[in-house]
Amino acid sequence: MTDQASASSSAYNEGVIRLLVIATMFWGVAAFLVGVLIALQLAYPVLNLDLEWFSFGRVRPLHTSGAIFGFGGNALIATSFYVVQRTGRTTLFGGETLAGFVFVGYQLFLVMAGVGYLLGITQGREYAEPEWYVDLWLTLVWVVYLLVFLGTTVAMLHIVNALALPVSWTGTKSYSLFSGVQDALTQWWYGHNAVGFFLTAGFLGIMYYFIPKQAERPVYSYRLSIIHFWSIIFLYIWAGPHHLFYTSLPDWAQTLGMTFSVMLWMPSWGGMINGIMTLSGAWDKLRTDPVLRFLVVSVAFYGMSTFEGPLMSVKPVNALSHWTDWTVGHTHSGALGCSARSISWCPSCGGARGSIPSVWSAFTSGSRPSASCSTSRPCGSRASCKA
Amino acid sequence: MFSHSKIEQNVILMLVLILITVSIGGLVEIVPLYTVESTIERVEGVRPYTPLELRGRDIYIREGCYLCHSQQVRPFRDEVERYGHYSLAAESMYDHPFQWGSKRTGPDLARVGGKYSNEWHAAHMADPRSVVPESIMPAYGFMLDRPLEAADIAERLETNRAVGVPYSDEMIENAAADLEAQADPEADTDDLLARYPKAAVGDFDGNPALLSEMDAMVAYMQILGRMVDFTDVKPEDLRQ
Repeated sequence: MTDQASASSSAYNEGVIRLLVIATMFWGVAAFLVGVLIALQLAYPVLNLDLEWFSFGRVRPLHTSGAIFGFGGNALIATSFYVVQRTGRTTLFGGETLAGFVFVGYQLFLVMAGVGYLLGITQGREYAEPEWYVDLWLTLVWVVYLLVFLGTTVAMLHIVNALALPVSWTGTKSYSLFSGVQDALTQWWYGHNAVGFFLTAGFLGIMYYFIPKQAERPVYSYRLSIIHFWSIIFLYIWAGPHHLFYTSLPDWAQTLGMTFSVMLWMPSWGGMINGIMTLSGAWDKLRTDPVLRFLVVSVAFYGMSTFEGPLMSVKPVNALSHWTDWTVGHTHSGALGCSARSISWCPSCGGARGSIPSVWSAFTSGSRPSASCSTSRPCGSRASCKA
Repeated sequence: MFSHSKIEQNVILMLVLILITVSIGGLVEIVPLYTVESTIERVEGVRPYTPLELRGRDIYIREGCYLCHSQQVRPFRDEVERYGHYSLAAESMYDHPFQWGSKRTGPDLARVGGKYSNEWHAAHMADPRSVVPESIMPAYGFMLDRPLEAADIAERLETNRAVGVPYSDEMIENAAADLEAQADPEADTDDLLARYPKAAVGDFDGNPALLSEMDAMVAYMQILGRMVDFTDVKPEDLRQ
């Protein structure tokens, strides 16, 4: 049984997943270090060094894009490639070639965007800073990714929000197709859902796949997971205006945004309950399985962030919180508490299976040999735990 | 009987249903902003940016100023007392892209035009702590020495026209001349001011010999929030 399983496991396209996991770690560390730098710049402005390419305004998008697209994006692509092969019991469409193009193409997008920010090449719209030529390239990468995976909603958001007209085809500068109030809502329709779909829905997928697997328990409620999925993707899209309360956006749009933001609390907590209840009868595993521990804390942070979010989306609360560091803190509790922790499957599975040698097998098996292997079998029945 | 597994086993069906589900909210909220006429208030005075202001705005975006400064005064007593009349949608209708911002590490800039002198702005941007000791803003001294790149200024105006900013043929023809004239204290600016009422003119950066990036930045600062004359505005004009 085990031999058969590991034979089929090795037939999957694992090389590209390994690379994507390495890229996730690289961009994660890079984005966090840049975050520390810009935080220090806020406290000690002398650290801007009076260099134009080192000033807060140019470095900050490097932090946000590095975390969302470098860290989160690579993790999501890696997870989707990992899970889609196992749930479909098949290899990736197009094999290593197309998947390899997605990997290289995506890293190239990140480098082009990041270098551009430091050189001052930006559209000036949060989380959508890359200029038109970078957007065109990313669209191509998404199309190939879609070919490989067939199923994401992020590509549509990107394309609509990226509509801009370049000044010339040889220059880097463009002016957005939309202006003022319409541009504001399009931007936050995108901006909210870059976080919503990218860092929430995608990472909930990680939760629904890896918590049952890790706990060796079925999902607490299949029906609840379906309600969770459809209600969250339906409601999330409406919530963009909560970034624009009391601005020149018409009141009817603000009221819609607030209503749907508060409604969003329900499916979010439904999902959190579903994730935590999956551990029924398996709570003892928390004592021995560090991966499960990460996943559970991640779900707990998901619950906290998705309570805080609707709270901040109530207009009188937002009157106080908007423009302040409360928003920044909320983003970080979601991104670090929930999203980053759910990536804990990467080193454990990769390391335990021996697919990512050296560093991570030392990390997972070395520090907790019995924990991550014998008890939890991180990759289900396929884990051979030779490392 | 309906079974959700039919959807799960058909990735195309799943994709189509997801696209329909996520499109509804966006369509209901975004489309009316274009079709409902009262989204943009009926006020007079909002005009396209002068070529120099537009270049200043480009630099504002390039440096990521929007990450610490908002351009959106909310209708609260404390904000109105500090910054002035709350912001109107009409005031950013020619802003591609909008720069309302999401964070106020520094103050709001929606109505900063005319509040400080050119000298103050140039000194503040070159060395913020020389005029505001507690400021944590990065210094932008390089803008004083850097000549403003504007060879493609007519193309920039044309691109803005293509996305809906009403630049006239006359404005585009005179773009390069207007750009120079606005920062030249010796120039005849009557035509410029006829095309772009209320534009601040003169030397902005303390160095008339060089048309610098600082000239453009300060010219942009000085027009912010000054286009609409609020003494003429009646409450019914503002009803969205």
